[in-house]
Amino acid sequence: MTQQSEALTELGEHIADKMPDAVRKFEVRVGELTVWAERDQIVTLVDFLKRDQMCMFEMMIDVCGVDYPERSRRFEVVYHFLSLRLNQRIRVKISTDEDTPVPSIVDLHRGADWFEREAFDMYGIVFSGHPDMRRILTDYGFEGHPLRKDFPLTGFTEVRYDNLEKRIVHEPVELAQEYRNFDFLSPWEGMTAQIPGDEKATTEEEGA
Amino acid sequence: MADDMKSLPEEDRTFTLNFGPQHPAAHGVLRMVMDLDGELVDRIDCHIGLLHRGTEKLLEYKTYLQGLPYFDRLHYSAPMNQEHAWCLAIEKLVGVEVPRRGSFIRVLYSELGRILEHLLNIGTFILDVGALTPITWAFEEREKLMGFYERASGSRLHAAYFRPGGVHQDLPQDLIDDIMTWCEEFPAILNTLESLITENRIFKQRNVDIGVVDEKTIMQYGFTGPMVRGSGLAWDLRRSQPYEIYSEIPSSVFPVIIGKNGDNYDRYVVRMEEMLVSCDIMKWCIENMPKGPVLAEGTKVSPPRRAEMKNSMEALIHHFKLYTEGFHVPEGEVYAAVEAPAGEFGVYLVSDGSNRPYRVKLRAPSFAHLQAMDHMCKGHQLADTSAILGSLDIVFGEVDR
Repeated sequence: MTQQSEALTELGEHIADKMPDAVRKFEVRVGELTVWAERDQIVTLVDFLKRDQMCMFEMMIDVCGVDYPERSRRFEVVYHFLSLRLNQRIRVKISTDEDTPVPSIVDLHRGADWFEREAFDMYGIVFSGHPDMRRILTDYGFEGHPLRKDFPLTGFTEVRYDNLEKRIVHEPVELAQEYRNFDFLSPWEGMTAQIPGDEKATTEEEGA
Repeated sequence: MADDMKSLPEEDRTFTLNFGPQHPAAHGVLRMVMDLDGELVDRIDCHIGLLHRGTEKLLEYKTYLQGLPYFDRLHYSAPMNQEHAWCLAIEKLVGVEVPRRGSFIRVLYSELGRILEHLLNIGTFILDVGALTPITWAFEEREKLMGFYERASGSRLHAAYFRPGGVHQDLPQDLIDDIMTWCEEFPAILNTLESLITENRIFKQRNVDIGVVDEKTIMQYGFTGPMVRGSGLAWDLRRSQPYEIYSEIPSSVFPVIIGKNGDNYDRYVVRMEEMLVSCDIMKWCIENMPKGPVLAEGTKVSPPRRAEMKNSMEALIHHFKLYTEGFHVPEGEVYAAVEAPAGEFGVYLVSDGSNRPYRVKLRAPSFAHLQAMDHMCKGHQLADTSAILGSLDIVFGEVDR
């Protein structure tokens, strides 16, 4: 495990060295390398990761968005890459907001097409240079971006078949009962990894 | 009629065809808008999302344990393999060790799931290219395997059997014996199934050299699983990035099966062979299964045993808190992947330190594979699209999520 982390730290340093303009910082946690990158430089960075002899990240595994509404640039776009040759993984993160488009990596990884469309559909993150920026998972004519934190779980419209009109109708959601979002977090210590008093037991053991 | 066709100018021979979403070969709810030039496919535009249930959104509103059953509903023909990825992600962040017997049972049931899925895929794939019998034979075996699911978890399909820290309940000995008996009988049954298909002239005509996948396509589209191995690349997460006890399994029991040409036929052969390998792995697991606990006991992620709760107040409190508040996962993010039957199924989990995940992204192999339909079908006959679609191993539960 530590050997693996060392190798990943080395790889992170290598990338940061070679691409100082693109890499903001990197970190190795739970055996995974994360690189924070500059949004404008993402295409150059991904191209570098694909070609560099120490990286060889030829396969794009995943592209997704994450929403942090309290931040000034609320969205993170998270890329996962895999190298089959060197058997290693990397995570690259950039941040953006509702209006700033992210350069698309479709030219480098054809497979990013649908993943970027999904990020657009779910979060409203726009990818510039994408050949076909349409919604993908939601219904035809859907409005809003459902995975944003300010989008309610119940949504805004519901769909049913109207027997009188003989067609599907969209109506505002009407709940017979308000959606209940239970707050189970206890006001006490919560479920910490240690039961209070545990620390005494271990010190005693070590002492003995 | 033929004369009319001849008199038409060349550009009028293009059609736009709507395939699905109710077509039986659409594997559920796929809608493809195809541009055809005569009978040749020019472009395919896949419309997906007809089975979109917002799993990722729902997971953000549930505790980690409540979220687990959603994973059964992703790739619904091999449910436990998806649960596995979720459990691995949580275990990686929390830092729980799975007891050895728990690990063995997980591998046993993952391989059982792989056979379930490959049987379904091969059955429906062959149905798509016109053979009606094999699916009934495949489903008979599936039925038996579902029985094993039920006897372990109480549920035939939506098992919720893998839990963070191990598996929910230990297996009774007679169930293990029955699985062993099944493993011994299965290769012969697979052989009869194979005798119907593998050398079948029509099957070969429909599949050899159809939907060829080369290394560039694999890299560009992010293919994994049998799609990669069918093209001769020995890439299997169980071997290259081993989890659980896969690294201990000797390569005589578990070789990585690879194809040669990367066409539909090779992918079919790889899946057939993988079932035999899975069967061997299951036997190996049963033979080497140690005794002991199946769930990491004494940790915050696992419930206390019923007997313990009768005597200990702390255990009772723990039980109550676990099933109401749930356990807290330390702040951080993690990507955990398993070699699911269709390919790499990954879970990207972002935790904010509370009892519910902040963000979960499910990386489904079928999603990446289906995306390449346009690329793979270009220039093929219309009839080949359903063969190629069948060989991709698409399950809509995980494409649409």
